[in-house]
Formats: sequence, C-alpha cells, structure tokens
Amino acid sequence: MHRKNSLAWLIGGAQGSGVDSAANLFAKACAFGGLYVYGQREYYSNIMGEHSYYQVTVSDRPVRSVRSYTDILVSADAETVFLHALEVKPGGAILYDPKLAETPLSKVAALEHRAREDIHSYLQARGLPETMSGMLHDAQARGIQLYPVPYDELLHQMMGEKAPQLAQAKRIANAMAVAASCALVGYDIKLLERALEDIFFGKKKVIELNLRACELAYEYIGKHFARDFPITLEPIVANESRIYVTGYQATALGKLTAGCSMQTYYPISPATDESVYLEAHQIFERRGEQGAIVVVQVEDEIAAITMATGAALAGARAATSTSGPGFSLMVEGLGWAGINEVPVVITLYQRGSPSTGMPTRHEQGDLRFVLHAGHGEFPRIVLASGDLEECFYDAIRAFNYAERYQLPVIHLLDKSLASSSQTHPAFDPQRAHIDRGLLNSSAVGESYKRFAYTETGISPRTVLGTPGGIFWNTGDEHDELGHITEDPIERIRMMDKRAKKLEIAAREIPLSEKINIFGDPASELIILSWGSPKGAILDALEALWAEKRSVCFVQCRLLSPLPSDDLRKLLERAKRRVCIENNYSGQFAGLVREQTGIAMDHLIVKFNGRPITMDEVYQSVKEILLGTAPRRMVLTHGA
Amino acid sequence: MARKPQDFKTPVHNNWCPGCGDFGILNAVQMALAELDLEPHRVVIFSGIGCSGKTPHYINTYGIHTLHGRVLPYATGAKLANPDLTVIAVGGDGDGLGIGAGHFVNAGRRNLDITYILHNNGVYGLTKGQASPTLKLGVQTKSLPQPNINQGVNPLFLALAAGYTFIARSYAYDTRHLVTIIKQAIAHNGSAFIDVLQPCPTYNDINTREWYSGEDRKDPQTGRAIPRVYKVEEQGYDPLIKPGMSDAEIAAKLTRFIEKALEWGERIPLGILLKNETVPSYEERILERIPFYRETPPARQRISDAQGRPTLDLAKLLEELKVT
Repeated sequence: MHRKNSLAWLIGGAQGSGVDSAANLFAKACAFGGLYVYGQREYYSNIMGEHSYYQVTVSDRPVRSVRSYTDILVSADAETVFLHALEVKPGGAILYDPKLAETPLSKVAALEHRAREDIHSYLQARGLPETMSGMLHDAQARGIQLYPVPYDELLHQMMGEKAPQLAQAKRIANAMAVAASCALVGYDIKLLERALEDIFFGKKKVIELNLRACELAYEYIGKHFARDFPITLEPIVANESRIYVTGYQATALGKLTAGCSMQTYYPISPATDESVYLEAHQIFERRGEQGAIVVVQVEDEIAAITMATGAALAGARAATSTSGPGFSLMVEGLGWAGINEVPVVITLYQRGSPSTGMPTRHEQGDLRFVLHAGHGEFPRIVLASGDLEECFYDAIRAFNYAERYQLPVIHLLDKSLASSSQTHPAFDPQRAHIDRGLLNSSAVGESYKRFAYTETGISPRTVLGTPGGIFWNTGDEHDELGHITEDPIERIRMMDKRAKKLEIAAREIPLSEKINIFGDPASELIILSWGSPKGAILDALEALWAEKRSVCFVQCRLLSPLPSDDLRKLLERAKRRVCIENNYSGQFAGLVREQTGIAMDHLIVKFNGRPITMDEVYQSVKEILLGTAPRRMVLTHGA
Repeated sequence: MARKPQDFKTPVHNNWCPGCGDFGILNAVQMALAELDLEPHRVVIFSGIGCSGKTPHYINTYGIHTLHGRVLPYATGAKLANPDLTVIAVGGDGDGLGIGAGHFVNAGRRNLDITYILHNNGVYGLTKGQASPTLKLGVQTKSLPQPNINQGVNPLFLALAAGYTFIARSYAYDTRHLVTIIKQAIAHNGSAFIDVLQPCPTYNDINTREWYSGEDRKDPQTGRAIPRVYKVEEQGYDPLIKPGMSDAEIAAKLTRFIEKALEWGERIPLGILLKNETVPSYEERILERIPFYRETPPARQRISDAQGRPTLDLAKLLEELKVT
C-alpha cells in the first residue's frame, strides 16, 4: 500500500558516532522540502559508546510526537538492530552495514542485561542464530525489506587509500545512510545537499566530501534495489516562514525576547544546553542598540538561584535553569525569594528521578515537588509548557508574572521538550508583551516602604541603586520597611499580603493562559494532561477524531495557582475522564482531585524514562472508549 | 566632609550583646562609608545569617540580609547586574567558611569588585556558642562539652588559594584601623577580603578582648600589657604586587604573605597582607566578551519600548534556525 509524505524514521548507534548529526541532517533535509518534522533524541548518561537513537517523524501535516513503530530503521551498529528491529513495521525497511551482519549478540558489549536476555529468548524461541543476521532474518520473515549498504567499500571506491579513518568514516557512513534513506523514499538529493550546506556551514571541504559520499550511497540504492518501497517523500510548498527549533532553543529565545539579561546555571542534564545556547548568543541586536545577556556558570545550584535573585534585586530580569537534583538545592533560595517578593525565574527541566535517577531520560515527576518546595508557605507561580511554541511564549510570560506579582516563577519543562526538535512557524515577537509590574526606577521619596500594605498585596518595587528607594530584605519575617519582626500581628498582615498576590494572579491571568481545550468538552471522554504529553495526545486526537470518536483534550498550563474552578466546570460535565502523565503516581490527577474533588476514571502513566508516543495514547484511549481499560494503565514503549 | 557616620545609621533597635565585636565592625563600616562620602542609595550591604547577619538593618543603605552561607552569591548577582553599586558583604566565620565555604572559594576565583568582611570570632554565637571553622584544634570555649575536634581553617591562606586579590586582617576593637582597611578594600578593584578578629564576649572565653590585648602577659618593667595583635604596616610590610614585577619578586611577596598568615598565638599580624593588581577583575573579563557591559549592564538593558513591546531583534536570531 503506497503512502506519501508520512514517515517514521529512526537512526541508532553508539554515542559519539554522529547519530545526532545524521538525524539532524535527515530532519533538516525534510524540513527544507516544506515537510513537517518532529525529532526526539534518546541518549545515555555517557560520553561515548552507549546506545543512542533519534526518532524523526515526517509528514505533510504538523507532527508533534514520536511513534511506537518505525518505517525505516537506520542502524549504525549491530546493537541498533538488536534493540529496534522489532519496532519496524511490516513493509518497512532496515538499512545496515553488511559487514556487521554476523555480529553475535554476545559481542554487543553495551547492551543492558535485561535487553540481552529478552533478545536471547526471542531468537532462541524462533530457532534463529543469536546474531544480527538472526534478527534480520526474523525481520524479513515479518515482511520487512533489508537494505545492506557497504559504506566502507563505497568510501574506498571514492577515495582509495585516502579513505578516512574509523571515527570520521563512521560519521560519513551515517550521512550516507541518510542519503540511502532519501533514495529509498525517492526524496530529492538536492534537499540533502542543502541540509549539508546548512549544517556544515562554511566548511567547504567537509560539505564536498559528505556530498560525494551521499551521492554514492544514493546511487547505490537506485542501482542495487528495486524501487518498490511503499513510502515516498516529496517536497511541498510551505506558505510560511518556518524554523526547525529544539526545545532548549525555544526556551532560550523566549528568555531573550523577555529581556532576560542574566542567567546563572550549574551544569546538569538536560538543562545545560539552554544556558550554553544563551552564552553562545550573549550579544544580540535590540532596536537601535546592542543587547547582551550575562551567563554565569556558578559553583552550585545554591549559588545559581541566589545569584539570580541578587541580579533581580538590582533590576535585571534574571533566571536560572536546572533539573531536579539542582532544584533540590535551590529550595532554600526559593523560599527567600518568596518571603522577599523577588521576581526570579527558575526554568526546571524535569528528568528521570529521584536522586540522580535517569539523568538523560524523560519524566514529569517533579510536579508535587515544585508546588510545595520550601519550608513554610509562600506564593509562587508554576507554569508548564506543552510544546515548543509554549516554551517560547511561556518563557516570556514567566518574567511578566514574576515582576507583576513579585514572586518566584517556576517554568516547568522536561527532558522530552528539551531534546525534541520541531518545524514551527517562526516565533513572532509581536505576540509578546513585556510587563514589569509596579517598578519604580526613579526617586520615590523619604517614606518609601518596600513592603507597603496595599489592596492587592503588591507593593511598588524599587531596585538596588534607586535614589530614595532604599529598602531592606531579610529571610526573617519583616515589617513594611523590610526589617526583622516577630510581632504576631505584623506576621498575620505580612502573610496575608503575600498570599493575596496569588489570589490576584488567579483572577487576572486570562483563561487562555491557564488552560487549552481541544475539541468539545461535552465529549464522551475528557483527556486531562499537562506538559509534554500534549504532542502525542494531539497527534492521537487527530486519528481518533478521524474515526469520529468523541474525545476532548484539556491541557492545564497554569499549575499554581491552579485554575480549579475552571477545571471543575469542565470535568463535571464529562462522562468519563482520564489523566495522562509521565510519572508513577498520577501527580496531576491527585492535585486535581485535591482541588476540585473530582477523581479521574482512568489514569494513564508512563515512568520508564521515555516520552509517551502517539500510538500509546491512541491505543489506550481506544481501550477506555471500548470499556476494556483498567483504571490505571502503565505505558512501557521505548528502547 | 559631606557625610557623617550618623547618616548611615537606622533607628532599628540593636540587639547584639553588650561589648560584642559586631559593634566595632558596624561603626567602622558606617565611618568608612561616610569618609568615602558614598551616596547611601548606591551602596548595598549584604549579610549572611547569625548575629552579624543583622548588620544591614542597622545601616542606612540598601540592606540585604540573605541566607546562611549564601551572602557572596547574592552580592555577586547584584554587582554583576549593576556594576555601579558599591557592594559590601558581611558574614560570620561559620557562615563564610563552614556552610558557605564553596561560595567563599568561588568568589575568589572571580575577583569581582566587592568587599567581603568576615566577622571571625571562632564560635557560632546566635546558636549559643558551638565551634566555628576558625576555632583551633583542641580549644574548648565556654559552650563546648569537649575540646574542638577539628582543626581551624586559616582564612588568609584560603583566601590566597581561592584568588582574592586584596587580603587583609583587622581587629574589631581597633575601629580606626578597621576603617582604614575597609576604605582601601572598597577602593580596590577586585575581590577584597577582610578577616576581622572579633571577640564574642558571651561564648568565646578564650580569644577575648583581654587575650588579644595581652592582659595575661604584662611587661615586667612597665607593667603594661603586651598586645598580641600588631600592625604589619608599622614594620614596613609592603603588600603590593603590581604589573611588571618579576616572578621572583612576586614569589618573594607571596612567601612574606605566607609567613604572616602563619603567625598566631603570641603575635598576630593586622593590616593589608596582599594587594595584587596583576589579576583582571571579573568586570574586565566580562568586558572582553561584552564591550558595552559598563554602559548597559544587565540591570540597565532597555528590554522593551514605551508600548511594552520587546526590543530584541528576534528575526536575526531565528535566521540560523530557518528552514523555509
């Protein structure tokens, strides 16, 4: 059955062997052709040698998630075939290097014990040899086409004795595998050439070398295999200016647009990329002048949050970016910012936890933590982005909320968002607005009181250095001037004042910034979720709606203050409700039950460190609709 | 002189113990600010936790009483965001060399233009006298059930190793000397560290005012006490390392510093022990990356126009990500 412009592609290989670059090359080649692309990177906490892979979904319609299956598997090593061959759909293809075909399972050193046992049992049960060709043989039997491409021989043909040595040869072979993939689906090699020029910008020799190698591989497929692969890709016209952007870049760009001029960080996966990107782009153009962000790599996350807070006190829009373990260290500083009403932004990329957990893997396990982090009670705003567009615009909002309500704001993201890339209409700064709240930057007079009691609980703020604006801060409870107090009445007033701000925020923030609703809330089933599962849910919804299934998706974006009244109204009407999230216990479902009194009928959770796929949502929601689903479903896909 | 120490006082009730060395440091800071004629709104005093943590509340400048051990990163953030501020950090020895030791070391590595005053009294006063990181091994102050089991850290050595380019020691009860040192520390372009020896009249019954003054060792002839503390400048000690000096000259300076830093017990040196002008400040290092950092530091970036629209030229940044 022929299919046009809809493809799930996966490349795998040893970390450090150019798997990411190859995936980027393929994704960009598709994106240059006007196709929509979504890419997700999976990797170990390791520098070199462990298995990493990259999934790319391509379509002529927007795509937002990875699939549970793949149409084309590109293997840079034997391990990839062992681990992913079973994900290839019948009718799909496996590209591999024939010289690796006889690699025995026992020689694949990096394989996890559990995976090795499973593969061993699988092959043994089928009476197949425990080698890569055993896997390939099985794949062929399942209707998968095999495409052996002798990369070394082709390179040798091209360059003779000058053929590059191992490491570089591997990288070039990966690019050749991309070219072979393009040949398979009949995609124009000119677009691959453009992607090479883009990625190796200015490096003429590298581009030339890779291009010649790619052409050879492209021709090789044409010459040696029948042109019968059932999926084709063709360029389409894109009627918009589009970018191919990664999550950490989207967030960083949002910060720059917001005017963030200072970012502190301590290296931690998967948050570091954002800070490194900011430092690499520390000087930029503003209207009429140059602008800059000072990025400081500090000694620990305690310094990260306290230094950002110091900068915020001086009037800079300041942020820090971290992941779970780092945020754990920031907690005392968070409380200090809370009691002193300092507008500081914390970008938190959740990852597999607790403790060091799975440092490079995905999870949404920190929701309850960020809502309650810190001793005592103080207001904070927590917002969670569901996709790269929201990463960008929410990063701007985070600063606006922080300054308008004078409190710490946590922008809750995760590994899946950080390391996914997507084609997207270019972000539009005209849609952004900067709100600095009640900020006095000039003289305010003798009687200035930083924490003056007001109707809204929000007091006009000065920054360090403002003439006439002197104030004091302390982590102790304080009076209106900011001096220490232990007076019981003053204490009540100050607690009330701070708490009031969150009530005001809950009232002022428009519904559109709190909740997204996709579909008709009167549907048979409401899917409730937050954060990165959004992409997989939306992709699954399209398929479910195409089958006329009655499903609605409610995405909650503001988690503190939680729009509980709005959620209650929506959920009350639903016949059935399911919450989907990437953690063990269904933290959001619990929160909603706590604040609305409404319990979910079903809970779909995933906590194996991998993001939820579109197919997983589709399947499990269908089971719910058919009435065959248990109350709690645990998703397990992913190598 | 336009300003008086009185101008830097607040009406806040001071609740330190009578005779506390903190008073001497507080007065010295206020006098130094007045003598330097600094505008109060351009000065920020940061503090950590403990008795010394209350210092900012008694000073009429911006005053930020931070968390235990974190005074330096807070101060660093403010100074980086607005380098025009005069930033002074104060904190106890437990705050700076115990819970905050990592920040003490890393602030030295940066050499940012701030002044850090260490209230060094050998005990955790506010929690009732536990041993602090500077208390010597085997010493048993009043509250300790047993003699101190740890070695005392040498703040001067640590400051040198960390990279502070101005290292001095003074004494809380010699306000005049301390004022001179604080003024020079503020004037120094780089991280300035002042180790202030400070008796805790309530909990440190070993390193008392009388001990520092040598009341226990009177000159048999004159009957006068022979103070343990003495001033290096009175002995012709020259702390300056300046550009153009040979490696041998610098090595000689550092050797002298180490000799002084090692002195303790019978003779305790006070004064500026190191002033190194050969290391670029953090501001200078940032200027290499961001040439207009001085004019528009983070706190003074024009981030939006009158309508609240971002001023960033985003299109330029998106250029490298563009695919169609």
